[in-house]
Amino acid sequence: MKTVRVGAGLGFYGDSWRPVRASIERGRVQYIASDHLSELTLAILQKDRQKDPSAGYARDGVPMLAELWPLAAKHGVKFVLNAGGLNPQGAREAIARSFADKGWKARIATVTGDSVLERIDELRGAGEALAHMDSGAEIASVRDRMLFANAYLGAQPIAEALAQGADIVLTGRVADAALTLGPLAHEFGWRWDDWDRIAAGLTLGHLLECSGQGSGGNFGSASEWAKVPDYANLGYPIAEVSEDGSALFTKPPATGGRVSFDTVRQQLLYEVHNPHAYFSPDVVLDMGTLKFEDLGGDRVRISGASGAARPKTLKIVAGYQDGWMGTGIIGFAWPEAYAKCEKSAQIIQALVKERGWKLDESNIEYLGYDSLLGSNADPTYRDQLNECFLRMTIRTQDKRIAEAYGRLFPWLALSGPPYVGSMKGVQPAKELLGIWPTLVRRELVENSIRIEVQNT
Amino acid sequence: MLVPLWKIAHARSGDKADRADIGLFAFDAETYAVLKREVTRERLAAHFAGFQSGSVELWPLDNILAVKIVLNGALQGGAARNLRMDNLGKNVAARLLRMEIDAPADLPRLRLR
Repeated sequence: MKTVRVGAGLGFYGDSWRPVRASIERGRVQYIASDHLSELTLAILQKDRQKDPSAGYARDGVPMLAELWPLAAKHGVKFVLNAGGLNPQGAREAIARSFADKGWKARIATVTGDSVLERIDELRGAGEALAHMDSGAEIASVRDRMLFANAYLGAQPIAEALAQGADIVLTGRVADAALTLGPLAHEFGWRWDDWDRIAAGLTLGHLLECSGQGSGGNFGSASEWAKVPDYANLGYPIAEVSEDGSALFTKPPATGGRVSFDTVRQQLLYEVHNPHAYFSPDVVLDMGTLKFEDLGGDRVRISGASGAARPKTLKIVAGYQDGWMGTGIIGFAWPEAYAKCEKSAQIIQALVKERGWKLDESNIEYLGYDSLLGSNADPTYRDQLNECFLRMTIRTQDKRIAEAYGRLFPWLALSGPPYVGSMKGVQPAKELLGIWPTLVRRELVENSIRIEVQNT
Repeated sequence: MLVPLWKIAHARSGDKADRADIGLFAFDAETYAVLKREVTRERLAAHFAGFQSGSVELWPLDNILAVKIVLNGALQGGAARNLRMDNLGKNVAARLLRMEIDAPADLPRLRLR
């Protein structure tokens, strides 16, 4: 019986590709599905592109392939990656240059058409309001501050690129799980309205899209996390898929991490909102009928996905400039570490007031006490802490205020409370981004999708 | 008796626009029945009071002994404009595991201790 093995690549821009080697060498994978784009990575890539029109793609795709391609070619492994970002052709040219230097050959496809920043007015003209999905706010309020706007494409263009013989498929924004669903639909020839099979492919793509989180990394728990073996050599997950969409979920032999009922179901529910209607461009998945059978030995059998017809709309996520963040940090040792942080916060607030700065929002956190748990921090030992760091942050529309804010803090070293640490320079102002999720009729985007396949 | 969730369950959280998105998982079916009964929208709203500006959503999943929880308006508008250290809401699950619920003393995970 035919099976197809897809292995996880990266889970975000900057993730490690070191574990992918084990999946290729001894995981018998045929495809690597690599996700380089989180919701807001495109904002970083847009800034790159403003400085250099040939940039705008996720830069880690090039060295990843430069390191892994000889091994991948030897084992016949293909790559599907969204490292194209805002400029898939630019990514292809960079990879082609890198391969040409070494005399390597590959057939590289690009999928474009997801970027709609230049088409906002055209889409509005076609009757799309592009209002904020959650708040209903009108797009006019952020239109001139938008840095990027991209629709999430589905798996069909990926499957088509593979059908045209591509060894490497470079996309811009696609649904993360489409990077896996595309190869599966291509290999098995699944019909695009075979909703249960498409839903099964989506499920497996979702389980692979966060790299190590699908195989025991970030296992949210008290004490159980410490039982995950050999984090340093954690293997990325692999799905061995059958024609009916059922799969054996596992990881390469002789690697760290853990694939079990517990680790896999944590990833299943990760960032999905309503689990009975998990929307993707290709299908709407109901996770309520999935079956997981833990076979032991880092193997979980997954079956029973149910899908409903794909939505008539595609989701667009746009990002827009939304003011500046100013940050100040200062730390104190015992005695009264927390009280000295609190006193310092009051001093800073007095200085801000004296300057008459207009702030949209401000935030006070005590690192080592409540910065990660907020109001759920346990106050029992608050006044006996060995050390405590004050972190104050502001949001303002004025970049100069955000810059000046950080410069208020060093003065405290000589003129504030005693036993100070963490004077490691002034924190620079950071640009903040608002996120604009909206919907568009899918045909208005899909009529602009282009697939190009070229040999290096 | 009152039992903190970390003794009987595990959890992971992340972000989706301005929502904190949490999965809560029982180690066994007996505990799942208790979670399903005790982890309610009202209890969650009280536990996270002041953290989220919007509603609490909740879906039990019998097939994987889990409860899916979404806190709307919990991330100051979204991760990339959120001023907090935990701008991505990765620690909201840890906060949840500190919640105490009424549970029988003989749940499997409690008997192990």
